[in-house]
Amino acid sequence: MKGKPLVSIVSAGLSKFGKNEGFHGRELFAQAVKEAFDRCPRLEPKRDVKAMFVGHMGESYEHQGHMGATTADWIGLLNIPATRTEAACASSGAALRSGVYAVLSGLADVVLVGGVEKMTHRTTAEVTEYLAMASDYPFEQWHGITFPGLYALMATAHMHKYGTTEAQMAQVAVKNHHHGTLNPKAHLQKEITLEKALASRPVATPLKVFDCSLITDGASCVILTKPELASKLTDHSVHIIGTGQASDTIGLYERETLTSLKAAKTAAKTACAMAQVKPEDIDVAEVHDCFTIAEIIAYEDLGFCKVGEGGKLAENGETRLGEHLPVNTSGGLKAKGHPVGATGTAQAYEIYLQLTGQAEQRQVKNAKTGLTHNVGGSGATATVHIYRSNQ
Amino acid sequence: MIAQTTEPFTIEQFYKFIAQGKLMAGKCQKCGKIHLPPRPLCDKCYSQVFTWILMPSKGKLVTYTVIHVAPQQFQDIAPYAIGIVQFENGVKLPGRIIDVPHAQIQVGMNLTVGFTTCDNTQPWPQWSRYYFKPL
Repeated sequence: MKGKPLVSIVSAGLSKFGKNEGFHGRELFAQAVKEAFDRCPRLEPKRDVKAMFVGHMGESYEHQGHMGATTADWIGLLNIPATRTEAACASSGAALRSGVYAVLSGLADVVLVGGVEKMTHRTTAEVTEYLAMASDYPFEQWHGITFPGLYALMATAHMHKYGTTEAQMAQVAVKNHHHGTLNPKAHLQKEITLEKALASRPVATPLKVFDCSLITDGASCVILTKPELASKLTDHSVHIIGTGQASDTIGLYERETLTSLKAAKTAAKTACAMAQVKPEDIDVAEVHDCFTIAEIIAYEDLGFCKVGEGGKLAENGETRLGEHLPVNTSGGLKAKGHPVGATGTAQAYEIYLQLTGQAEQRQVKNAKTGLTHNVGGSGATATVHIYRSNQ
Repeated sequence: MIAQTTEPFTIEQFYKFIAQGKLMAGKCQKCGKIHLPPRPLCDKCYSQVFTWILMPSKGKLVTYTVIHVAPQQFQDIAPYAIGIVQFENGVKLPGRIIDVPHAQIQVGMNLTVGFTTCDNTQPWPQWSRYYFKPL
């Protein structure tokens, strides 16, 4: 299977990300799916779609579980298997992976995978508590450790070990906010300065408000099929040529290292080997910047730079749009927003646009090979997918 | 080292020991791996035979943070410091750091374990807590 298309993405959709007041998660999901159906007019949804996997992290936000069937209902796709996948912030990365399994198994020719989360109607304290549920209860939550707190523990360790600075972390935020200004669907579409980021109030030291991703409402989806069927459904398809997923200890404290995510490294290694792709072959990447330090660690885990040099890579600007390795052209979780269950397939949506030349003002020129990196919790789940243009 | 082999190797039992002012870990009889928290199944060799060992009380701070934005039940004490401590036997544990000004907390500092009784009215589960403080 090495280097060969595993499955093809024939369409993709994304709701507006942001504070979608008055809309339920299922309604945002329907928005995303409508875009995907409209982009692929030769697809007849009720005839063709044979299964759904939907990433959704928490029942607490809307007091709504059972999101597989709920979303299937709201997009008029009853009578097919529709299953929720849950892996914290990697819930829809896991949905994507499940969709790849389903198509490769031969049980379903066309599979709709997506994700959704509705968060902004809750207070920051409530969201902080619900997100923390993805960490270890008896040893992390019980002692008052929050999600920003877990990444702050990694940030302190990274700064201590490698000399990474708060300014380098802030550069990630400045870049991703810049990219967000080019994405009309991003939650925030405004530039920020390094000074503003560094002066923002502390959340969990050394992380400040501008080091943290946004509490956002949103939904996303992509439609998968067998590579041999792709051209029947659309003239704009992208192949998935590598997939990797791995797990690590639920508690951050049990890991050998606090400056790298082993699950992400393993997932990347698996996906790259399958795709026969090296880090330097990647033209555009969407990585899981739930916190700025997470993007710096992702650079290292994905082999975009040497271990310990992620901060320098953030500082030197090479991951900006227009440079040789644009990362998070969508604005990332930082500016596009992070409706947790929707993030994995929202990353796939961006890569689909980039590799089909439809990313408009944020288009990476001649992008042929893309990567998505989606992390659940403090790294107990990670999924990596590698994509190749089919133009 | 004390062996109390009749107690189950569970998180619940770990916190019962905490309520007694003891930081205890499980040690696999077969492969020797120390489990903190204890586990009823060794994740390394799948043995189910353990002994309880008393953890060293002193360790070094590996990393830390001061949490300003807290969940509802911790808002009264925010900002508060959290750290991961590595004990002399190599095992790590996270928890609150108290009795030290936040500005004086440093990676590498020596800390010791202390205990509080359960002071929380939250619904299930609720346990006594351990914490870390300067020597």
